[in-house]
Amino acid sequence: MSATTTEPERGAPRRRALVGRAVFAGPGLLYVTLFMTLPLLIIASYTVLTRGRFGGVETEFTFDNFAKALQPIYLSVLGNSLLIASITTALALLLGYPTAYAIARLPRQWRTVALVLVVLPFWSNFLIRTYAWIILLNSEGPLNTALVNLGIVGAPLDLLYNRGAVVVGLLYAYLPLMILPVYASIERLDPELQEAARNLGAGKVRTFLDVTLPLTLPGTLIGAIFVFVPSMGNFVVPELLGGGKTEMVGNLIRDQFLVARNWPFGAVLALSVVAFLVILFAIQAAIGRRINGGGARA
Amino acid sequence: MRRRSPLVLAAVATSALILTACGSSDSGTTESSAAAESAAPAESAAPAESDAAAGGSADLSGQTLTISNWAGYYPEDLATQVEASLGTPVTIANHATNEEIMAKLTAGGDSGFDVAFVSGQYAQALNDAGLLEPIDATQIPNLSNLYPEATQLAYDPGNTFSVPYTWGTTGICYRSDLVDEPTSWMDILEPSDENKGKVTQMTTERWLALPALKALGYSINTTDDGQLAEAKDLLVASKADLLAYDDTTFYSRLVSGEANEVVAWDGWCNYGTAENPDIKFVIPKEGSDLWADTMVILKSSQNKEAAHAFINFILDPANHAWVAENILYKVPNQAAMDAVGADLAATYANMGYSPSDLLKQETVVDLGADSVKYTDLATEVTSS
Repeated sequence: MSATTTEPERGAPRRRALVGRAVFAGPGLLYVTLFMTLPLLIIASYTVLTRGRFGGVETEFTFDNFAKALQPIYLSVLGNSLLIASITTALALLLGYPTAYAIARLPRQWRTVALVLVVLPFWSNFLIRTYAWIILLNSEGPLNTALVNLGIVGAPLDLLYNRGAVVVGLLYAYLPLMILPVYASIERLDPELQEAARNLGAGKVRTFLDVTLPLTLPGTLIGAIFVFVPSMGNFVVPELLGGGKTEMVGNLIRDQFLVARNWPFGAVLALSVVAFLVILFAIQAAIGRRINGGGARA
Repeated sequence: MRRRSPLVLAAVATSALILTACGSSDSGTTESSAAAESAAPAESAAPAESDAAAGGSADLSGQTLTISNWAGYYPEDLATQVEASLGTPVTIANHATNEEIMAKLTAGGDSGFDVAFVSGQYAQALNDAGLLEPIDATQIPNLSNLYPEATQLAYDPGNTFSVPYTWGTTGICYRSDLVDEPTSWMDILEPSDENKGKVTQMTTERWLALPALKALGYSINTTDDGQLAEAKDLLVASKADLLAYDDTTFYSRLVSGEANEVVAWDGWCNYGTAENPDIKFVIPKEGSDLWADTMVILKSSQNKEAAHAFINFILDPANHAWVAENILYKVPNQAAMDAVGADLAATYANMGYSPSDLLKQETVVDLGADSVKYTDLATEVTSS
């Protein structure tokens, strides 16, 4: 307050700027607060309550829900989800990075075509595309029929309803989310930096490892998060391509709310995943800051 | 859960999953007679008959009905038919599962529904919660069409708060051209080499447990922790030879040849038989369940006379026979089943099961607070 009285000529514009910022940021903040924070608070409050008979909660305090989540069977579901999401992310990186690199090196008019092709699957419904995999991979499906008829395998392979099928489905669904941010960071890369490295005697591999890769790492990390997070929470792919046998944490949470009607336990699981992802984001942000921060200080 | 007409079959597996995928409990379409209302204003001839039959013959045009039923489990033009007959405007909402409609009905306050279709054990639970209006038999003269056996089912002897709509049992649906007739639930739980990876089970809690409980010689309504633990171990071990868990498309897996034997509700096995006559249904020797889907009137309803008249309308032999002929589930209505004729049972053997055949099976009842044991068992089996 004293600032405004002693320095009115500076305080007023500052206040005006503040009002301006509030006008711009307000609707978004309000939206996020209302529809993100409030539900999260409600979920948090459910974690210490008792399940109602038909869903809902009863106001009887308990910490049993947390104890339940720590049972080995549920920890193994969480571990299973982490494993599947990690494999999917690693494969997406191995497939996505070269793809993005190749697209960035295309002539400009072809880049757009290639990017459209990358997002093309998003034009049709996710569920339909997942069902298509069932038709493709099932024991009587075209792939198995072709393999058997060509004499490559004696009997149809079990391609569906296992962990591999879940990874295939998730990779298919989320690969574009890896390619796009990686492409953006490669495309933004100043080609003169690479030229400079080459001129200074670095080979192609050295240039890639010491110049290109570090500079595109933030984009790559974003891509990894974009693939990892939805893979971890997905429950449609495990249900359809995993045949309901490979339970992931997304299925477990969904079932607690919609099938088992154990909202408090579902809330504990949901909150655990949120907490886990927050930690993951913090790590990603820290790495990104170190890379960018180092550059800025230099 | 188990009910959808073959017509919407393709769309259903998809839409059910879309619904779950969205995490939404909103139940898709509603069908209203509003269009019919303006198209056919109060034609007096049609209602007269059934009003006389309804006994009360009260003027129901001042009441409105909101009903929730499983998608595809009733004639598409039911709302129009009911309005033409009773003069009551009708809105029909769809639900996909018992759990979904239970969530709506138990959320507190007036759910807005007058009549709901739920399975017997869920009707029992609703009644225990004090949410149901007692059935006034004098307002439903067509109750006399029911098989006597159907009025004494364990979840509600005497139909005091529910009226059965369909009933049936659970068994094994199989390809008779590919495998021998299964005789035991163990054929699903420990399949022979030719059937390994070619069987499916259901995941809905009570029906997930059923094959194991019956195979072990226990009641499907058991609340004994030791027995449930044994059943759980058997079910967990059976996952190794399981193709998939499937509550919705098991019969189409038989048609495609992906599966040889699946755990199935009788009526839904018939959808497979309709496409391939070699698909047959059998009740394993250890026995099975008797389930019923029922109609209940909500205590909160402001339109109770119309609600009773609606149930009376459904129990009309012609209306109820439509359900048997088109949904391919048995209806507990003697007059309706007599009208259906024998050729349906010739094609779909389980349509010929008599009430006494069904009563040899164990009726599913609500287990009160112990129901949780089954939800936990289902979670633990699918998670392990």
